[in-house]
Amino acid sequence: MNPILPQKRTASNDVVSSPKLPLYFTAPAMEVRLEEFELFAIDRLRVLKGVSDGLARGRNPNEMDDLVGDLWKENMRLSDVSEMINKDIISHFVLRLVYCRSDELKKWFLSMETALFRYRFRLQNLEAQRATVGEFGLPYKAVIGAELESLKEKLWQVARSLGQTSPTDEPIYYKVPFEEVPDLVASRRVLLQKGYAFVAGSQLVSLVVTQFRSHLSKALILTNRKWTTTIREREKDRLTPIVEALSTSYLGPDYSQSNEYADISLKDIDQVSKSSFPLCMRHLFEKLREDHHLKHGGRMQLGLFLKGVGLKLDDALAFWREEFTKKVGSERFDKEYAYAIRHNYGKEGKRTDYTPYACQKVISSAPGVGDHHGCPYRHFSEDNLRAALGRMGLSSRGMEDVMDKVKNKHYQLACTLTFEAVYGTSCDAGINHPNQYFEEAQNVLKPKTPTAPV
Amino acid sequence: MTRDEIGNREEDMIIDDPKPKIQNPDEFNVHYLRIYYGNLFPYSDIHKWLSYGHDGKHPGCDEFYFGRREFSFTLENDVYLRYKSFKNASAMEDAIKSNFPYKIDIGAVYSVDPDKRHAYAQSGTNVFTPVERELVFDIDITDYDDVRYCCSGADVCSNCWPLMTVAIKVIDTSLREDFGFKHILWVFSGRRGVHCWVCDPKARRLTNEQRSAVAEYFRVYKGNENNAKKVDLMGHSLHPFLARSYVDYLKNFFEGELQATQSLFSSKEKYEKILEMISDEDIQSELRGKWENSARSSLSEEATSLLRWEQLKKMLQSKKQKALSLRTCIEEIVFTFTYPRIDLEVSKQMNHLLKAPFCVHPKTGRVCVPIDPNNCDEFDPMAVPTLSQLIEEINSGGFRMDVDGDDSDRSLLGKSIKFFRSSFLEPLLKSCKEQIEKSYKTKIEKTKDSFSW
Repeated sequence: MNPILPQKRTASNDVVSSPKLPLYFTAPAMEVRLEEFELFAIDRLRVLKGVSDGLARGRNPNEMDDLVGDLWKENMRLSDVSEMINKDIISHFVLRLVYCRSDELKKWFLSMETALFRYRFRLQNLEAQRATVGEFGLPYKAVIGAELESLKEKLWQVARSLGQTSPTDEPIYYKVPFEEVPDLVASRRVLLQKGYAFVAGSQLVSLVVTQFRSHLSKALILTNRKWTTTIREREKDRLTPIVEALSTSYLGPDYSQSNEYADISLKDIDQVSKSSFPLCMRHLFEKLREDHHLKHGGRMQLGLFLKGVGLKLDDALAFWREEFTKKVGSERFDKEYAYAIRHNYGKEGKRTDYTPYACQKVISSAPGVGDHHGCPYRHFSEDNLRAALGRMGLSSRGMEDVMDKVKNKHYQLACTLTFEAVYGTSCDAGINHPNQYFEEAQNVLKPKTPTAPV
Repeated sequence: MTRDEIGNREEDMIIDDPKPKIQNPDEFNVHYLRIYYGNLFPYSDIHKWLSYGHDGKHPGCDEFYFGRREFSFTLENDVYLRYKSFKNASAMEDAIKSNFPYKIDIGAVYSVDPDKRHAYAQSGTNVFTPVERELVFDIDITDYDDVRYCCSGADVCSNCWPLMTVAIKVIDTSLREDFGFKHILWVFSGRRGVHCWVCDPKARRLTNEQRSAVAEYFRVYKGNENNAKKVDLMGHSLHPFLARSYVDYLKNFFEGELQATQSLFSSKEKYEKILEMISDEDIQSELRGKWENSARSSLSEEATSLLRWEQLKKMLQSKKQKALSLRTCIEEIVFTFTYPRIDLEVSKQMNHLLKAPFCVHPKTGRVCVPIDPNNCDEFDPMAVPTLSQLIEEINSGGFRMDVDGDDSDRSLLGKSIKFFRSSFLEPLLKSCKEQIEKSYKTKIEKTKDSFSW
């Protein structure tokens, strides 16, 4: 990824790069009308939902910049700048109340607000960004003088390793403890020395986003405490009903409860895997039949998918047992694997009913030695992918279209094209969840017959 | 009967003969374990380590710190006891001596004593969470099966063990130079791998996300049977960390020792695997043609292999302008065969348990002894003391049984314990004590200030 940020959006009347990007450190001390309370929150929720959609569809960072810019303009813009800032702050704090109330809600809100912040930050010009960094009160020193000289060679080496072809003309580097920029460390995009990361000015995004996220995470815990101890009761006739209603919308199907018509039985499963599974799950299924074993990542990805497709716990146990006992024997199966399957269905341990993985999660997984999970469009070599697509019945023309998407790293679009080629129908919504692929496939193969009018 | 209660019934279990699943009853059996844990296991060293200076002697100590650490025992018959905790060294010693576990794992330090965690669950919000945990790494030679030809699976020999040695060098150097860590313990896993424990305070306080970042920083190999190119360096020049590892360790190891022991190009099957990593078909065919024709040369396997490597390098050098992906092809091949492959999952989560040093491996009977990263070339996994050797030594009277953890050079285990103390434990405790004093002084200063009206 190119670390140089787009400089295009610097017009001063552009509402997105307005000077103030609030950090939401303190609750607003202003009066809010009750209608505004709800309306502002709904508008912001539309933005967050849009961000969530964009990420699920695998949009790259530049596309997300544009998306966020548009979403903000459409939903949050007001003619008066100070009113706009108020709406920004108020809507955020209202949604904090809404989304602090459970771990799942918190996780979603934290992810989306952090993503929103990240792309709004990227859209700011360099000066505004530096001001934002300053607002965090981070004590990071710019690297200067002799220290900078001694590091120049290595800093340039890092820049080259990221694909930069001309000597770095980064105006400034910050010396930051490595643990504060985990994503830059993970992708080896910074020089590390004795526990410090040397972060280029243009990489500041990572720094501030981590701070933002950590701050918001702590704040949500405090908000939850305040909500459960005082606010919920105190506001039970006024704000509480609004807050409770706001959270049940806008979260897309998560396939944790499968529909009745999608129940599959063990005797059909082989046939169904060939007819309706997306490539990632088909591959795992075939490998399971072939090797009578799957490693942990594969068991999770396929197991949860099957749950979402309608495989009941008893059938799931029978299914995995049938395969695994061919290799490890039934005693070992009961001891080592059965527990995990029941765990996935929420029958053990902390009894969370785990949800099947969406494409985003599958794509970002990291299959290693002996693994078969992950997204074939991303993780397979070209030859293997072509062979697999051939087995799904793609024509050579169809295959080229798909491989073209893969080369541009649009893995979900590649899967969507595969779907369209296999079933001969278009999929406008785009594939963003393996269970969605399955349902759409079933819809084509077994269209629901309309009920006769009474 | 709850899992915890099972521990009290060990009397019944030990009297039985060892179950057939123990592979080397001569090397590992419950009787030997009793003697080992009765006389040799260094309880107070382990306790001192995991207390990190909180021994109650200084007013700034947290005397309950050790008691919040999770341990787990794996007993005979695969009985697994989790969430065990001990308030002090003798409680730990008593528990080990009454259970004689086949395996002891060390977990995280939690917010409350693990064995009392249910008492706090009532209050609603989950207050039982990990608070500190060493940054740990696990490297297992079975993850290298696709690049070693002498052994596979659980076996290891003097030809492939050097892969572990080079892994230690690369990771250890990076932990110190790049991350600034100082208190690092490398331990033999007992059979076919190594573990690394980073014990600096900063390391112990890392969040899961930060641990994940460090693990990903170390990750280069992304292979499985579905892709041919397991290491992709993108054709750009290498990050300084990778460049340093390559120049200081990997290149020479590949061209020297590894070629000598594995002869990476000597057969068609072997060299095909490498040819597949070259993204240019023409270069592949040219080399393939050359090597098929020279299949019946009179050179030794090793010499043939070296020659072919030189030919490959020369060709890639001359053709590297053809495509971006060719520019780092040579390095990619070297990395594929030599670069460390860590088990990411072990490092990423604070609540992941890891086997304790000085345990005994049930399949080999060998003790999990520390490895000196500065002398890891000399480490020989086949020369690590086994239980039966240790028992033999006791029986022949060459061992001072009155000392807690004999560290003399005369006993088999003594060297390891001495090394553990002098290179790791003592510097660590010194630094911890300084830290405790410092934060105590700061605290006192603060309260003083608040009284100055």
